[in-house]
Formats: sequence, C-alpha cells, structure tokens
Amino acid sequence: MNARHPPGLLEGAFLILRKDLLIEWHTRARLNALLFFALATLLIFSFALGPDTKLLEQNAGGYLWLAILFASLMALGESFRVERENASLDGLRLLPVNPRAVFLGKALGNAAILFGLSLVLIPVMVGLFGVSLALGLGSLGLILVLGCLAISAPGTLYSAIASNGQARDVLLPLLLFPLIIPALLAAVKATSLVFQGDPMSQLNSWLLLLGGFNLTYWGLGVALFPQVIEE
Amino acid sequence: MAQRTRQGLFALAVAMLAIGAWLGLSWAPPDREMGDVQRIMYVHVPSMWMALLAMTLNFACSIGYLLKKSWAFDSLAEASAEVGMLFGAVGLALGSIWARPTWGVWWTWDPRLTTAAILLVAYAGYLALRRFVEDPERRAVWAAVTGIVAFVDVPLIWYSVQWWRSIHQIQSSPKTVDPQMVLTLRWNTFAFLALGIFFIWSRYRVAQSERRHELAAPPTLPSAPQGLTASGVRL
Repeated sequence: MNARHPPGLLEGAFLILRKDLLIEWHTRARLNALLFFALATLLIFSFALGPDTKLLEQNAGGYLWLAILFASLMALGESFRVERENASLDGLRLLPVNPRAVFLGKALGNAAILFGLSLVLIPVMVGLFGVSLALGLGSLGLILVLGCLAISAPGTLYSAIASNGQARDVLLPLLLFPLIIPALLAAVKATSLVFQGDPMSQLNSWLLLLGGFNLTYWGLGVALFPQVIEE
Repeated sequence: MAQRTRQGLFALAVAMLAIGAWLGLSWAPPDREMGDVQRIMYVHVPSMWMALLAMTLNFACSIGYLLKKSWAFDSLAEASAEVGMLFGAVGLALGSIWARPTWGVWWTWDPRLTTAAILLVAYAGYLALRRFVEDPERRAVWAAVTGIVAFVDVPLIWYSVQWWRSIHQIQSSPKTVDPQMVLTLRWNTFAFLALGIFFIWSRYRVAQSERRHELAAPPTLPSAPQGLTASGVRL
C-alpha cells in the first residue's frame, strides 16, 4: 500500500473487507450469535413439523435457506450498526476511497460471513434431517456461494438505508423479504435438487436465475450505494 | 385553472365509470363458459393495468429524482406508489372474487397472482420507509433507491414464480374476443386511467404541500410563514 496514492476501487474494497473481517475476528460475537441463532432456527423447524423424518428431509433445502435468511438480518443489521457507533460511517465517508468500494467491501464481508455460517449448517443438516448430497459438494458449494452473494448485495444496500431510520429492525426485513423471493426460490430449489437428485436436469436454470439476480443487484448496489450514504 | 382541470377530470372519470359499469354489466355479452361471472374482468383487468402503470411511473420518478433532485419527482413518486398500491389491492381482491367461482379457490400460487402479491408487499415496504424517515432529503434519496431496486425485481419475480409453478389464463387476443367485450374493456381501461390520473394528481398536490411545509418550517418555529402554508399555494 502506498500512502501517497488513494487506493483504487478493488483495493479499497479489499481494505474495507479486511477491516470488517478483522473487527469480526476480534470480537467473534456476531459469528457466534449468528451460528447459534441459525442452529436454533433449524431445530425449531423440526419441532414445528414433528418428528417425520421423510418430511424433514424433503424440505431440508427450504429450512437451510430460511435459517440463513433469518440469520442474515442480524448479520446485515450489525454490519452498519458498527459504523453508526462513534459515527465511524462519517470516517468511512471521508476516506479517499470510492464509496462504491465501501459497498463492495461490506457486501463481500456479509456474503463471506453467511457462507461461513452455511458451511457449518450443512453437516448439521446431514445429521439432523438425514439428507444426502446426491449431486456432490461442488454444486452445493456453488449454490451456497451464489445464494449468500444474492442475499448480501441487496441486503447491504437496504441495511445502509434501514440502519439510519427509525424502527430499523422492522424496516430491513420489510424491504428485503419481498425483494429476495426470486433468489430464495432459486436457492431452495437448487439445494433440494442437490439433496434429492436432479433427474430432469433443472439445476442449470435455477443457477442461471441466481446468477442473473446476483448480476442485477451487485450492479444496482455499486451504482446506487454512493447516493445512499451521501450526507 | 389547474384546479378546474382536475375537477373536470374527476367528473369525466365518474361519468366514464358509470357508462363503463352499464357497458360491462348489461351491454357486453356474457362469457360462453363463465357466464356473468366473467363481467368482473371489466374492472379487474383495468385496475391491475393501472397498478402496473403507477408503479412504472414510480420507477421513472425515482430515476428522475436521483438525476435531478427535484421535489416534483419525489412527490410524484410518493403519489404514484400509493395510488399503485390502491389499484393493486383492489385488483387483487377482485381477482380473488373472480377465482372463487371459476377456479374453486380464493387463492392459488399461480405466477401472476404470486407476482402481484409480492409486488404489493414490496411497495408496502417502500411506503413504510417513507413514513419512517423524517429528513425529507434523506427520505427522497432512499425512497428513490428503494423504488428502483423494487421495480427491477419484477421480471425476476415473474420468471422465478413461473418456473416454480404454473392456472391463470393467458391474455386473449382482441381478435378472438367478441368486439363488444373488447370495446367494454377498452372503455373501462380509459375510465380507470382517468380516475388514476385524478388520484395521482390529487395525491401529488398533497405531497407537494407536505414537502413545502417540511422544508419551510423548522420544527422549533410555531408556524410557517404566511405565503408558504399549504392552502395558499398554487401548483
């Protein structure tokens, strides 16, 4: 890093990402809370449906993504709450980096945390619901990465908005949930295909939808974020 | 002058709706299979179209605001989102009433229904955001961003739900439909359009005077200066 030149977009994004992950690593509070929250959600689903193993196995993909989505509300809210404290968002704004770098860094950080969470949840799903990975780990990994990125891009944009307003805990899900439906649907369907096999080869069209969603919202996020945090 | 035009538009909308009701209820022939039940189409379809039109207007105004930062765009965006919600909710309720005798259920997870429902929830979020943010400039920017982000989702929701499951009849081409039915639907569409423009216009005026009030009077002052109060301003 050269102190005399302001960092470019990607370098700036990387710096913000590193800062966020470092804060996360020092406290580990968010990650632990998220993990136990998501595990509790998975357990609750089992109780809500009764001990019907067949039913649980069939709907495992849906439970996995709902657990991730609910946990993402906490992760996303937290990612801007730390900036509200001590007004460090003003500090970020004054940095000689493109505000788009702040979006990319934050959104990638959130996606990384969600992905880490999902990696822990998969073995739990295998144990708890008895799912098997019919299509192998590779395609599941791809779905998890795309799904977490898809939640994180619009989530980070909305979290920046919601963290400012009143009733921020209500506002984020109110804005995010209807928006995320296509991505949630695609991720759930694709995950179910991985768990139960894909005789009609539908996996690709769901992955395509997830990819398209990601492209749209990462693009919109990069384009609109500077306006959102401008004071 | 503007006031006169607006009142005229309202009178026109009411007259057209009255004629449209007569056309739809007695002049147009009943449907061969659905009978008289199908007549609900003459109000269901126009209100859904108006909802889509209003939301498109909201999208355009959101982009306009981010580019030009003009209060007119923000007020028009607010007005169109609210009126869009109104027509969308009415259209969805009418569709549900139509579905009961024809499909046997009030609700089904058909792509059109599902997409419409998701859209309504998304715009409810948009309107909630507008209520929760007090600073008018911040609110305008965030609302514009939310309006754009929500509207861009429409095709994605549409495709995802279509793949997810697919009962709603596709639109009939005007060529295969009785010309009396086509004319009735067209007439009612224009009646709803007149009503929609009247609603949006009126709501826009209210929004503009709210903006003026918010910007003119700091919260510590007991009242706004005389010339800036809502009642004394012409648009």
